[in-house]
Amino acid sequence: MNKTLRTFLRRPAGIVGLTLLGLVCLVAVLAPLLYPASPWDIAGMPFARPGEDGMVFGSDTLGRDIAAGVVHGARVSLIIGVTSTIAALAIGVTLGAVAGFAGGMTDRVIVRITEIFQTIPNFVLAILLVAILTPTLSTIIFSIGLVSWPPLARLTRSQVQSVAQREFVQAARCQGQSAASVLVRHVLPNAISPIIVTGSLTVAAAILIEAALSFMGLGDPNHMSWGYMIGAGRTVIRQAWWMSVFPGLAILLTVVAINLVGEALNDALNPRISRS
Amino acid sequence: MRLLRGIVTKLAGIVLAILVIATINFTLVHSAPGDPASVMAGQSGATDEKFLEELRAEYGLDKPFMVQLGTYLKKVVTLDLGYSYRQRRPVNELILDRLGPTLLLTLSAFFLSLIGGVVFGTLAGLRHGKWSDLAISLVALLLYATPVFWLGLMLVLIFSIQLEWLPAFGYVDMRASSFGRLEYAWDVLRHLFLPAITLGAIYMAVYTRLMRASLIEVAAEDHVKTARAKGLGEGAILRGHMLRNAALPVVTFAGLQVGALVGGAVVVETVFSWPGLGRLTFDAVTARDYPVLLGIFLVMSVLVIVVNILTDLLQRLIDPRIAVR
Repeated sequence: MNKTLRTFLRRPAGIVGLTLLGLVCLVAVLAPLLYPASPWDIAGMPFARPGEDGMVFGSDTLGRDIAAGVVHGARVSLIIGVTSTIAALAIGVTLGAVAGFAGGMTDRVIVRITEIFQTIPNFVLAILLVAILTPTLSTIIFSIGLVSWPPLARLTRSQVQSVAQREFVQAARCQGQSAASVLVRHVLPNAISPIIVTGSLTVAAAILIEAALSFMGLGDPNHMSWGYMIGAGRTVIRQAWWMSVFPGLAILLTVVAINLVGEALNDALNPRISRS
Repeated sequence: MRLLRGIVTKLAGIVLAILVIATINFTLVHSAPGDPASVMAGQSGATDEKFLEELRAEYGLDKPFMVQLGTYLKKVVTLDLGYSYRQRRPVNELILDRLGPTLLLTLSAFFLSLIGGVVFGTLAGLRHGKWSDLAISLVALLLYATPVFWLGLMLVLIFSIQLEWLPAFGYVDMRASSFGRLEYAWDVLRHLFLPAITLGAIYMAVYTRLMRASLIEVAAEDHVKTARAKGLGEGAILRGHMLRNAALPVVTFAGLQVGALVGGAVVVETVFSWPGLGRLTFDAVTARDYPVLLGIFLVMSVLVIVVNILTDLLQRLIDPRIAVR
């Protein structure tokens, strides 16, 4: 593990990504201290340019502080990104592991379902789900999780298939261990590293989906989010560029950071696959 | 014979997929909070009881679950996608009206991203490790992380508001009715430019990264070394021995990305007020017009399946070996 960590930190992508991501996390954690008032509260005059009226990023059409929104939005983005990825992992890894380990009819059925879910335009399904189930944090997380699992299922299935062939797995079977125990204790731990890498990239994709959902007006109305801010600033972009520019930069920064970390993780965990 | 069997399997796959998607729709309507009839009517405050009764009778909502599912599937197969109470029009008419612009936007973005990705990926791959490779890779990394709707807004900010080169919103100019045919087409093209670039750019970034990696891999293969040893020029090696091999995984991947591309079109159309299915989606979301949303989801899924078949054909063109398999 130490060696993995060293490889990770030797990559410039890893260091840059980790620093940026650390910064975003820090801002998210410190949000209530940095901007104690609710980001929905009016903080000054409307349409204030960046720097005016004591607001570094300016204010929106109602006079709400853009900087406060950006800082509080970090929490929503990160929470939704991570939890919906956990949901996607739960569905994808379970289905993929069962398919790859059981084989036969079970495998064929799961592969078919996965293929159909992969062809479906997943953002449109997410819109449909959130709109019908009404937008709250939990329905958004559920919906993003439900549309993000297919790549994880395919990856897990192929990983499990290849690890299940190995001798130590056969040895465990010969000892008379139950199939479930062989799968959980011997196969999965050895199949997990590419899944971790793809999982980290899923977080980035989930943050982008959340932003697009709240841009379309399908965000949780109780939580300030970056996508909502851009959606609200869209109609007045001619007069006030700052309302949509800063939240967008926040999304860009966060997603780049996560992608860089994912790439470095890939190089560190799958040394054979990495090309350097 | 093999071709015929291939087509039959494909068609069976399409039918199966449509049935699964329709079942998802049906399940969603039933798992939504509240009475299914009021979900199908769209949650408008003004739904009258008479219309709800009609819906209940039409979809047999008092019958057992499986019977209802059967009724619903039969309707879908006969292209009856329900009625939008809000817009007072059948859903399939609403969708048909908007299909053209969406197809135009999605296909332009698809080819733009594929061609751009292959070109830039090749440039970067050939100059592996040089500064131009680094620049292309960096731009691709940033684009890949950019929310598509924000990219659209930024392009509007630069090219429409600052430079005033291109129109920011809409499909044609308001004076379009007085335009000649050529003038009309040119005007649509001017309006198409920014949305297509926006939607295409993100996927271009993905394909550039893929093409670059793929080309670097192909460049190390034995048959390329052989060609070089034979004394072939670099251009001939690239055209005759590398491009097809390297582009194949990119086209395969592009086929898989079509679903995401269509999803991206929804957001891009919202940004640019492009009068397609995406804009219809946005309006339906705002009005909570569920029958329209359900219909769009179904039609877009079918669209993705059709484009998937097209990319499959494209792959066969690039790699004759696939047809034999």
